[in-house]
Amino acid sequence: MSTASPAEDVEVAAARRPQPRRGVSFRDAGPPIALIVIFAVFSALSPDFRTLGNVQNILDTAAVLAVVTCGITFVLMMGSIDLSAPGIMGASAIAVALLVANNRNDNALGLVGVLIAVLLAAALGCLSGLALVLLKVPSFMTTLGISAIGLGLATLMFAGVQPNITDTMLESWAVDRLLGFSYLTWIAAACVLLGWLIQRYSRLGRYAFAIGGAEEVLSLSGVKVAPYKIAVFTLAGAFYGLAGVMVTSQLSAGLVQAGKGFDFAAITAAVVGGTLLTGGRGGILHSAVGVLLITVLTNGLVQVGVSPYWQGGVQGLIVVAAVAAAVIPQRRRNQVTK
Amino acid sequence: MTTDQQIEAEANAPGPVHALEVRGLVKHYPGVKALDGVDLVVHPHEVLGIAGENGAGKSTLLKALVGLVRPDAGEIRVRGEKVRLRSVVDAANHGIGMVFQEQSLVPNLTAAENIVLGSEGQGVRRGIYRWETMRKLAQEQLDKIGSTIDPLARTDTLSFADRQMVEIAKVLRIEERSQHPPVIILDEPTSVLEPKEIETLFTQIRRLREFASVVFVSHRLDEVLEVCDRISVLRGGRSAGEVLAADATPSELHRMMIGSTGSDNHYHDSAAKRPNLPREPMLTVRGLSGKTFRDVDLEVHAGEIVGIVGVHGSGREDLCRALFGAEPTTAGEVTLDGKKLDLSGTRAACAAGVGYVPAERKSEGMVGPMSVADNMTLTKQKSRCTGPLVAPRKQATLVDSWIERLSIRTPHRGTAIQRLSGGNQQKVVLARWLVAGDVRLLLLDHPSRGLDIGARSEVYRLMRELAGSGVATVLLADSLEEAIGMSDRIVVMSDGRMTTEVACPSGGKPTPLDLVKEMV
Repeated sequence: MSTASPAEDVEVAAARRPQPRRGVSFRDAGPPIALIVIFAVFSALSPDFRTLGNVQNILDTAAVLAVVTCGITFVLMMGSIDLSAPGIMGASAIAVALLVANNRNDNALGLVGVLIAVLLAAALGCLSGLALVLLKVPSFMTTLGISAIGLGLATLMFAGVQPNITDTMLESWAVDRLLGFSYLTWIAAACVLLGWLIQRYSRLGRYAFAIGGAEEVLSLSGVKVAPYKIAVFTLAGAFYGLAGVMVTSQLSAGLVQAGKGFDFAAITAAVVGGTLLTGGRGGILHSAVGVLLITVLTNGLVQVGVSPYWQGGVQGLIVVAAVAAAVIPQRRRNQVTK
Repeated sequence: MTTDQQIEAEANAPGPVHALEVRGLVKHYPGVKALDGVDLVVHPHEVLGIAGENGAGKSTLLKALVGLVRPDAGEIRVRGEKVRLRSVVDAANHGIGMVFQEQSLVPNLTAAENIVLGSEGQGVRRGIYRWETMRKLAQEQLDKIGSTIDPLARTDTLSFADRQMVEIAKVLRIEERSQHPPVIILDEPTSVLEPKEIETLFTQIRRLREFASVVFVSHRLDEVLEVCDRISVLRGGRSAGEVLAADATPSELHRMMIGSTGSDNHYHDSAAKRPNLPREPMLTVRGLSGKTFRDVDLEVHAGEIVGIVGVHGSGREDLCRALFGAEPTTAGEVTLDGKKLDLSGTRAACAAGVGYVPAERKSEGMVGPMSVADNMTLTKQKSRCTGPLVAPRKQATLVDSWIERLSIRTPHRGTAIQRLSGGNQQKVVLARWLVAGDVRLLLLDHPSRGLDIGARSEVYRLMRELAGSGVATVLLADSLEEAIGMSDRIVVMSDGRMTTEVACPSGGKPTPLDLVKEMV
């Protein structure tokens, strides 16, 4: 059967055989290592950077992006994309500002108001999922459309007069501190934990992962994937909604533009953390590391005195380099990249 | 089984109960009769082999058995009960499962999740995973085949052989679903396994027979004979008879597969004048190694058609692509017409006069929505250009002349190539290398795949003409018959190496059996 000697055959087979593994692979270790290295470099360069106050500052800055990234990670794990964050965040930011105590109306719903805003956001996310599944519109376009709808809703509710909140609870989120970190930071940490639990222990999370890995196999095994896709977009919408509420808390006012730029910032953070845009790899913890990487980078560049004119370009370079490094193991000749 | 189905089963008045029975199964695709009345019986606790050449209808038959293809006529009975299988799940509920040739596991999930996928049962409660229960459920299945794989290992970190075991374990779960002994179909399970792993697989198959029926499909006749109890042979979409493995020999089986070798003049043998081959070969390959082939030496002269034969996994496809610069090589040297051939990429190969017709016509051979004219001039852009610009009139004249010369049946040169029949598409793909008149080596990777007999014959005629005009040709044929019919010389590859060379002159052709002996 084979012209090679049996001994050689065994050798070849042994060399080719991958070792079965349970947990994370070495590739997953890249972003955390990068985070530590970057942190160490900035610490060495700048005495201002290595203060406890600055670390708190970094985490507080990262809070909103972390929550948005939690949501988008599930979508990216499926191999879809989600650009609806700005619109959904805008809608929920204005909605919550009008539902809690504010200068525009007599509402003072407090936490219930927050809940309603998050549900509104989840409903918008659900619409993205429905359009994707029922109308077969690619997620890139549906979520772009949903973002516009969200911004439209926000503009209608804004109605030309900025709602400033007077609700003490919501205002305190951004101001009050527990163990040195703002409430918003703790909320973000809770979201990361919740996201990780969903990803690890719920069928929704595991199937989102599987859809990105091999969707056809799921169908061949009798799993109906459509409901899971809708649920993932709904979940993502809820996370964006909470992020919108957090922005309103920071600004003490509802702004239509509350979510501006968070779509690409979140995608960048997730990808830098090791979540592939093609789906099936990465996860919440990866994304959390990505968020920290981006935030540390921004903060560090300021602390070491890099001109703000340079920061955008330097960040962009680092992002492209990180992604290029992540795809090296999958490169082959005549590969089609789109 | 629901009560409705039970009533239906009784109404169907079963005769002798077979695990699985197929009667007069027919499936037509446009231009091809994939299945033309196939009969098949699988007994309980039996390993049934299905043998047949490429295009004999094996894969269509298997797909029909697991609900991926809906037959046009005929019936499938499971334990005497007539069934209509609409999906893989449907088939699983009737106790039929298949281990697919291209593995159907989710690579980034654990083995346990893959095994219970779609029927997690107690492993998931209210949408929440119970990892421990799931691990146990998977372990039960793995125990059935005595496998020691860690159920919580990520599937893509397992070896190919282990993944196959996972897949078998997954299929075995239908036993609980259907409450009956399952029928397990293995489609080419050995094609990518090492000899030692094949032995393990065979042990598994014998173990499966204790509680299931197994349908085993393989190209390798020795394997079919070794592991099966009974072998059913398909030829041209029909049942060509069956034999007991104990009584059969490879040669007998092969004779049944290819039938009485009829007139093979559709290979245009008469056109194969044996000109005096030039002393110096057009193509010389020395010690070429790549991912799946090692230390390959090959010579092809101008005007010669050299067939490379080998079973799946012999490395011949990769070798062919490597000669076109489409697969990386690790060692070796290739010269074309006395000059060293640059294998760093396809562009260099094109420029040196190498042409390649890929096996996957639809995805690699042509740009479907583009016109015949644009497809034909895709590679040799200069042939349709004046300076840097496309010259429409120049292109039209050129394309029309080739449409006439190759008698390509197309309404117009502007017609989208995807609207043409397979044979005419293939002629356009071939013409792509001819329009500039500079091709010296043609690499044909299954050029007749998916074509009906008439179209094949025309492609063969074209190959002969090209060879006659001094082109050196390397052919990866669709069947042994084709390789023998078309080649002047046949090179046999096995496990990535050239093992032997068989002269194949007109009038002194070897039999397929001579080659099979060398291949396995």
